Parts: sequence; structure tokens; C-alpha cells
Amino acid sequence: MSNGKFTLLEAVNLALHRAMSEDENVIVLGEDVGVNGGVFRATQGLRDSFGFKRVIDSPLAETMLGGLVIGMAAQGLKPVVEIQFMGFIYAAMEHLVSHASRMRNRTRGRITCPMVMRTPMGAGIRAPEHHSESTEALFAHIPGLRVVIPSSPARAYGLLLAAIDNPDPVVFLEPTRLYRMNPQTLVDDGKRLPLDSCFTLREGSDITLISWGASVMETLQAATALAERGVSAEVIDVASIKPLDLDTLEASVRKTGRCVIIHEAPRSCGVGAEIAASLYERALLELQAPVQRVTAPDIPPPLYRLESLYMPNVDDILLACENVLNFA
Amino acid sequence: MLHKVELPYTRFLSPDGQLLGELPAWADDFNLLTRLYRQMVLTRLFDQKAVALQRTGRIGTYAPTLGQEAIGVAIGSVMHAEDVLVPYYRDTAVQLMRGVRMEEILLYWGGDERGSDFAEPAVAEDFPICVPIATQALHACGVASAFKIRGEHRVAVTTCGDGATSKGDFLEALNVAGAWQLPVVFVVNNNQWAISVPRRIQCGAPTLAQKAIGAGFHGEQVDGNDLLAVYDRAQAALERARHGKGPVLLECVSYRLGDHTTADDATRYRSAEEVRHAWLEEPVKRLQRFMVRQGVWDEGREQALISECQDLVQRAVDNFEAAGIQAPESILDHVYATWPDALAEQRDWLLERAARRAGGPGHE
Repeated sequence: MSNGKFTLLEAVNLALHRAMSEDENVIVLGEDVGVNGGVFRATQGLRDSFGFKRVIDSPLAETMLGGLVIGMAAQGLKPVVEIQFMGFIYAAMEHLVSHASRMRNRTRGRITCPMVMRTPMGAGIRAPEHHSESTEALFAHIPGLRVVIPSSPARAYGLLLAAIDNPDPVVFLEPTRLYRMNPQTLVDDGKRLPLDSCFTLREGSDITLISWGASVMETLQAATALAERGVSAEVIDVASIKPLDLDTLEASVRKTGRCVIIHEAPRSCGVGAEIAASLYERALLELQAPVQRVTAPDIPPPLYRLESLYMPNVDDILLACENVLNFA
Repeated sequence: MLHKVELPYTRFLSPDGQLLGELPAWADDFNLLTRLYRQMVLTRLFDQKAVALQRTGRIGTYAPTLGQEAIGVAIGSVMHAEDVLVPYYRDTAVQLMRGVRMEEILLYWGGDERGSDFAEPAVAEDFPICVPIATQALHACGVASAFKIRGEHRVAVTTCGDGATSKGDFLEALNVAGAWQLPVVFVVNNNQWAISVPRRIQCGAPTLAQKAIGAGFHGEQVDGNDLLAVYDRAQAALERARHGKGPVLLECVSYRLGDHTTADDATRYRSAEEVRHAWLEEPVKRLQRFMVRQGVWDEGREQALISECQDLVQRAVDNFEAAGIQAPESILDHVYATWPDALAEQRDWLLERAARRAGGPGHE
């Protein structure tokens, strides 16, 4: 922390420290989050700073965690619950889908669920089976939830603080592949970043590249390669995939007329499909070429010897860009 | 080798209202007994009215509470106002006892979310009824965790049927309640039927209460048709939980005298003979017979009570029917704390759709 540079993982930890010291209602719980500081160490140090009543090692039961935080949140606490890997979140899904996302609506605002469910997502760390999922679309489909995916230390810090503040339930997905990469300078000033907003990471005029999560890294690299070829690419990190800031995406595509969407999740019914459909609805005649998607195929994440085939890389993105740029 | 678990089973009154053994000290208070009896009668009359309203198309599907009046009234009356109820869907009796209004229950089953926006301050933190089976048990553990974290002497009370005890949610709730010694009371309304599946094929354990033993806390059975017994044991359970002595699972053995819901026909899967036998055990008549035997109740008071309760029910029906329908935008007003700008377009087209269908301004 001395040099002020933080990885995404450290930024998550910093935001949790900040949120817990700002508001005594913030509670961190999950499997191994206390004494052990989380399997990735995202919650390291919290137990020492805030005690066992606010940093809680839970029994190993994800359904229980999904339900428990609803009761806590209804009582005015702000639970931030960690699910160890996205592959284990499904046991908690009934509570997200049938309860957390609709408690406010069911009671006309009498009971609410201000909670954050954090979980590491994505492939690329040579992890065992069920540790490489990118199933964000499952959650994005659910009214009443927010789904947020940071792709840099600064966005992890500012978006997590905003997610904890938010009066509604937020699913906060942290790309494991980015956890320990590229430390960035970060000021622990408690500044929140807006939810429901895309972040334009690089402005350009020839083509719009839309991505989120770990794929943002390859997308930025592709934009650099395109620039070397004289192509000006705009790069947008969607960040909040629910609700989706379509206005920013539409404005960019109206400007460039060309669009490639890059995500690590399987293609069919992925969030890329939602974005492409919306762009056609809103800006069909501004498009100079069909929107292209660069995604995983519709397969489970392979075990790690072949997992790189599953994930879009820079060449895949550049190839799609070429097709879109050369479309008659 | 199977370890045999011996758990208490409490019953004070025989089916015909005879006192079996010694009356608990609190039951000398006949004002209290009269109040509880009145509430059971009110619940039954309300329940009958709700079924009638469904049969005549004035509310939608309803889950009758017939036969569960003693459980609900007893649980509701031993809870303190500051405790929190996390109910399932056959809990009209508890909800009414807690202070939920009859017209709110009708509004809910009549297709209107305002029915879960309870007006009485005493139930402001009570959960709405839970439809997905057993999930509420975990919400109650979360509520109890909040009490424990804040050091409050409050109890979360959650209810479910016998079928719910088969679900992982229920077992995970017992587990965490035991691990953290939470101030929560699990009330299992073992009414013998989970829609068409009888208790004997629901679970291999001889009692449902013994599931608590595996989770490290106290469980016991009580005659769910005996108001005195449920009241006595529920009070003990809540006091135990309130004073930091851990959770309790109270299995109330009763019988679902009605259909699962108004959409069900229980004659398809159980015999008239079985139901006729169950009626001999039912809770309202049992307490009434006891009170008559004690000389504190008679036909005159019964008739006056029925007439008073019918008036209250009718007034609730009138209020329900006068409530009107919510405005179209109400279906998106509470999805998020504030409707996200990112979804503004959807709000616009929903309101346009509403106006068009109403033949209003958007119609052209």
C-alpha cells in the first residue's frame, strides 16, 4: 500500500475496509472470509480491524448464505457476502431470483434488500473444474438485481463502494484473471463510481469495441494494435451489465458505424446478444456493417489445458474487427 | 445402529376438552383464554369467508388455514411486538394475531401487492408470506443474526409445513441456527399432508422435531390442536431463544382439514374417513369444550362472539373491495429504489401500453 499502487484484488480489499469503517451496518460474511481473509485474500485484515461480529466465517452452505443475507438486509444491515467461486453461486440463486430481487416490490418498499454478493468469475487461472465460470447473463436477466463487473483496480474500488451504498441487491463479479495484474495508482478517497454507466476507456472514430470483465484487457490491446494500423477504435467497458447503459453504447455506434462485442461467456443468450439486438433496434441505419461478437462457444469452460481456446484473445478480436471494417 | 431419540410431546387437553393432568399456571387467566379463543373463531370465520370469496371469483387462489388456528394464534400471541415473523403461506392465523389486517390478507390473495405492505406498526418488520418452500427459514436466520450482532433480545419466528422439512433450505437453516446459537424459533406445522404427499413418505425420521438434534439444539413435539399446549411450549421456546439459550424447533402435530389451496381437491388422495376422524381432533371446538367445562363459556357468549367476528370480517371484505386497483406505474415503482435511468425507455413503453389499453391519451 506504501507506493499507492493497487491490484484489482487489493482495491476490493481497500473498498471493503473503507465501507466497513464508514458504516457500522456493513457486515462481511462468507466461507473462509474471516481468519483466512478469503481464498483470494480479498477480505484480508478485515477480521482484525472490525472483529468477529462484523466479519463472519460461515458454515459451508451457499444456499444458506443467499438466504441469510436477505434476513440481515431486511433488518437494516448491509451484508457483503462472498461466494468463493461463481461456479458455486447457483445454490444461492433461488434466494437472489425469488427473494432478494423482489422483496422491495412484493412489499411496496416496506422491506428492502441492500446487499452485495461478491464472487470471483472467469477463466484463465488454470483453476480446477467449476472455478472458471462466466455466467453473468443468468443474473442480468433478473429484474430487481444489479450486476456489476469491474475491469480495473480503480473501477473495482469505486464500483464496489457504490454497490455497497446501493439500496438494492447487487451481484458483484470480480474477474480472477485480473485480480493480481497491472497494479494501478489509487487514492483511497472513498469516491464512488456510478452504477448503470458504461466507461469509455478509449475514444475512437472508426469502430466501437464493447466488452466487460477480463476481456477488457485483450480489447484494449486490440485497440492499440488497430491504432498501429491507423484504425481509431473506441473501447467501452460496460461494467454494469444490469441495468445496461444503452445510451452510451448507441451514441458510440452512431459515431463509428461499426461494432464488435467481446465477452468471455458463451455466445447464445449472452449479454452480447442483448446489446447487439438493442443496437439494431436503436441505430440500424447508422450501422455500416453487422455487429460481430467474439465470445466463448456454447460449451462448458474446458479444463485448463485447453481453456485458452475458450477465451477470446487479441487475434480473435482483430479478426472480427477486420471483418467489420472491410464489410462492403 | 440407529440411535433412538426421545423427545417431549405435550398435550393438555383431550379432543373433547378434558384436562389431562395439571393445568399450566398461566392458563388460569381466563381473560387470556377468552381472547385466544375469540381469535381462533375470528380466524376460522375469516378463513371460511376467504374460501367463499375465491369460489365466487372475488379473490384468486387461497391457502386455507382450517385446522391450524391453535398453532397460529398461540404462536402469534407469545411473540413480542418487537419480534419478527417470517411466515409461510398457510399462516393467516399467526398474521392476524400479529396485527396484519384482514383486508391486507384479502388484497394479497386478491392479486394486489399492497396486501404485503402492512399498515400496523407492530408488524412493520414482519416478512410477507413466503411461497417458495422453506426458503423463509433462512431469511429468519438472517433476521436472528442481525438481532444477535446488535445484541438485541428479540426473536425471529419462522413457520413451515411438514413438506418443507425435506428441503435443503430448511436443513441449512437448522445448521446455521445451531452453529451460531441464533435467537430463532422454527415452528413446523406438521399437518400430515404436503399437497398429496402424506407425512409417512415425506421423511424417514419418526419425528420432524428430531432434525434439531442433528443441528445441535432443542426440538420437541406438541399437539397442534391443543391451544394450551402450543401456547405453553411456544412461550418456553421463545423465552429460551430470547435469553441467548439457542434456537428451538417446535413440531406442532395437526391436520390440514382443508384442501392444500382452493386450486386443490384433497378428495383425490385421502379418504373421507380419515378427514372425518381428523375433525374429531380439531382445535376450536376442543378449546371451546374446555372453556364450557370450566364454566367460563356458554352458548350465549358463543353466539355473540360469532356475530361480532362476522361483522369484523364483513367490514374487512368491504374495505378490500373498496381498495380499487393500483395505478399502472405501480408495477415498476418498487422494482428498484428508484427506477434506473438506464431503463427509462421501458418505463415509457409500459406507460404507453397502459394508456393504449385503457383507450387513454396514448391510444391514437
